[in-house]
Amino acid sequence: MTGVMRGLLLLLALALPLRAEEIVSGVSTSDISITTDFNGTAILIYGAAMREAPPPDWPLLQVIVTVEGPATPLVIRKKQRVAGIWLNRGAVEIASAPSFYAVATTGELEAILSPEEDAKHHVSIPSTIRAIAGKEDEDTYVEALQRIREGTGQYRLAQNAVLLLRQSLFRTDVTLPANLVEGDYRVRIFLTRGGKVVDLQENVIDVRKAGLERWLYNLAMQQPLIYGLLSLVIAMLAGWGASELFRRLRL
Amino acid sequence: MQLYLPIAEVSVNAFLLLGIGGFVGFLSGMFGVGGGFLITPLLMLIGVPPGVAVATGANQVVASSISGVLAQFKRRAVDMKMGTVLTVGGLVGSTFGGWVFDLMGRAGQTDVFVQLSYVLFLGLIGAMMLTESLRALRRVGAPKVRRGRVHSIVHDLPFKVKFRASGLYISVLPPLMAGFVVGFLSAIMGVGGGFIMVPLMIYVLGMPTKVVVGTSLFQITFVTAYTTLVHAVTHHTVDMMLALLLILGGVIGAQIGTKVGVRLKAEQLRVLLSLLVLMVAVKIGFDLILTPAELYSVTLR
Repeated sequence: MTGVMRGLLLLLALALPLRAEEIVSGVSTSDISITTDFNGTAILIYGAAMREAPPPDWPLLQVIVTVEGPATPLVIRKKQRVAGIWLNRGAVEIASAPSFYAVATTGELEAILSPEEDAKHHVSIPSTIRAIAGKEDEDTYVEALQRIREGTGQYRLAQNAVLLLRQSLFRTDVTLPANLVEGDYRVRIFLTRGGKVVDLQENVIDVRKAGLERWLYNLAMQQPLIYGLLSLVIAMLAGWGASELFRRLRL
Repeated sequence: MQLYLPIAEVSVNAFLLLGIGGFVGFLSGMFGVGGGFLITPLLMLIGVPPGVAVATGANQVVASSISGVLAQFKRRAVDMKMGTVLTVGGLVGSTFGGWVFDLMGRAGQTDVFVQLSYVLFLGLIGAMMLTESLRALRRVGAPKVRRGRVHSIVHDLPFKVKFRASGLYISVLPPLMAGFVVGFLSAIMGVGGGFIMVPLMIYVLGMPTKVVVGTSLFQITFVTAYTTLVHAVTHHTVDMMLALLLILGGVIGAQIGTKVGVRLKAEQLRVLLSLLVLMVAVKIGFDLILTPAELYSVTLR
């Protein structure tokens, strides 16, 4: 009896498609090289929602695209006036915050993604920042971090920046700034209906320093003494060369 | 032309860097100072992280002071013995300064500490230099610089040594202390410290003016080279690409600056330099006192 039941259930599971809608997507590039003349770059993220059956009429399909740079721990400090001088007084430690984070959507983020799904997938900007709890006014610090990084272009929320055609084809551009930190950049695409995530897909863009940048960075980190001495030799040669050149020109 | 700096991890305009190097080089050639006190704040202003600005500033000062000290050697205007004593004091001071710098960093007060040192020392030296040079300008024909010839405590200390090139027979302790103070400031402010060393040499040690600039450059070369190495090894904050552009601009600027400087009178130069020093001090002082636009700041851990 139980065996027959199990067999029936298995058949049922196989007959149903795993997901009603599935993402097929592409990213314009999978590698970004930071070379000497690197001045930021734009990436194109595109795709389509594939489905076996006709889609439901309501709620409408929505698309959210996020691009996330490597996360680092950091400290947020607050200045306070002490004896007429502004000193750093309060501080909140952040266990991890992305060095870059961009969200592009087809609509108001709060309207197309429920708070539960946001908490689960860490989509909105504040949900990607993980503070070390303990301070009561911690939220104002996290807001400040978001404000500062939005100002520098490191954090970006672009609502309605994803173009969605015929409830299926979508595309968006994300501009990566010039002050990019190297590492793996995670690209996530979410399909949502009525605030619920129906499918999600992840891609990785490899951002690496290349050429001279790579060589100098490696040398500075792995052979700091040689790097330091080399810096001095260059400085000395330049200084000596200049004084020699100047002397010859005057003679 | 944008240039991505491998250590600072920011992209800046290459011509802007050449311009900053050239501008500071011009002033340093004109006034005979390293220019670190201008380079470091300017770099922070264009978005270079403070740690990288301090370390790379020191590297840039090595280039400009080497160029200067070589010229001074040819004119026999370097007191090697005094320079060595000052350097020994400087290395100890720089090490101590690096330690205090780390301590302040852990307390989260690096920027305020650096700003306060700038305001305090630049303000003090600038005001002293301005009053002294204005007085000298008014007294035309009078001796240019007063030397600390008066019998003071400097002459009563033990361990007396003959400094032939300076014509001095004094204790090694005051020059060691002077070197220490300047080395300490070099590490925390990313400067060579010439603007403090020169007055100390003239007014406290009583050295003759003809060897002061050369000997101060001699000491600065070694202390900033050491500071650069310490930062490169312990903090990995020397950006070679950034240094190279600053040096390139600085070297050209210094040549032009020297030519302009020769046309001006020494007292006029000192008035201009002191005004410049005071301007930097006032600007940084205002930053400390005025309510900042953003109360919060973010530091990587």
